[in-house]
Amino acid sequence: MKSLAELQAIRDRMQKQIDLRDAGDDRIRVVVGMATCGIAAGARPVLAAFLEEVEKRGLKNISVSQTGCIGVCRLEPIVEVYVPGQEKVTYVKMTADKVPGIVSEHLVNGRVVTELTIGAAE
Amino acid sequence: MKDISLHILDIAQNSVTAGAKRIDLTLEEEGGRVVLTVADDGCGMSPELLAHACDPFTTTRTTRKMGLGIPLLRMSAEQTGGSFSIESTQNVGTRTQAVFHSGHIDCPPLGDLADTVALLVQGAPQLRCVYTRRREGRGFTMDTQQLREQLGEGISLAEPEIVLWLREYLQEQEQALREAGQSR
Repeated sequence: MKSLAELQAIRDRMQKQIDLRDAGDDRIRVVVGMATCGIAAGARPVLAAFLEEVEKRGLKNISVSQTGCIGVCRLEPIVEVYVPGQEKVTYVKMTADKVPGIVSEHLVNGRVVTELTIGAAE
Repeated sequence: MKDISLHILDIAQNSVTAGAKRIDLTLEEEGGRVVLTVADDGCGMSPELLAHACDPFTTTRTTRKMGLGIPLLRMSAEQTGGSFSIESTQNVGTRTQAVFHSGHIDCPPLGDLADTVALLVQGAPQLRCVYTRRREGRGFTMDTQQLREQLGEGISLAEPEIVLWLREYLQEQEQALREAGQSR
């Protein structure tokens, strides 16, 4: 059974990494729409899958965050990816099983998964 | 919304938007009833807004004149023969309560509560979240203040490693609660 004391070990490990991370503003941002529309369409497992994938691969230059309604509710769950210096990419009708592909192709290798973007859906 | 945990994730967002510093989520299963209470110390609502809070054509959002979070939760609770209430005082906070009758065929399942609470913390790491879970006389409480005490101020609760740890922690607590109920 997990205990709160385990967090101290996590803290010690993370503090060593924090200095490296704060070095620059070059973090990639992944933003998941978590309003009523997104949640009802299945955004929660998508958000969880991004966190799991980022943690599993130890990607320290990626931040995962939540936002409200993006405005195209019929295409939810929607995920926006902001790579510094590049145009925003919007992925639509997301599911958890599409997440590992986007993380490896787009976030790690820098190749947009065009067939899952809003441009391909419209 | 397929289950109660998704409703929680959704309406807790209202407390974040209301600028709350603390949110108390309580989910109790007792004698055939499931009672969900969400209380915050956010900006509250004026009597005029409160009177319309259950109207789907009411929202504080500025992009579109519609908000379905509260109406969907209310419908979901009332479909089981349960009830729904909101109390709110401006500059003090808001308290929302939904009562479900778990024996009713339309009662949604509880869903993945651990996932909901962990992701709620991920979305609002500054918010103090006190989650209380009770089931037939047993229960546990998770207070993010305690996590903060262990972690210190430098580390955000939104870090994937912390969120996934919290989810697993809550899953174990939930599991233990259900097993304790079965062994009686």
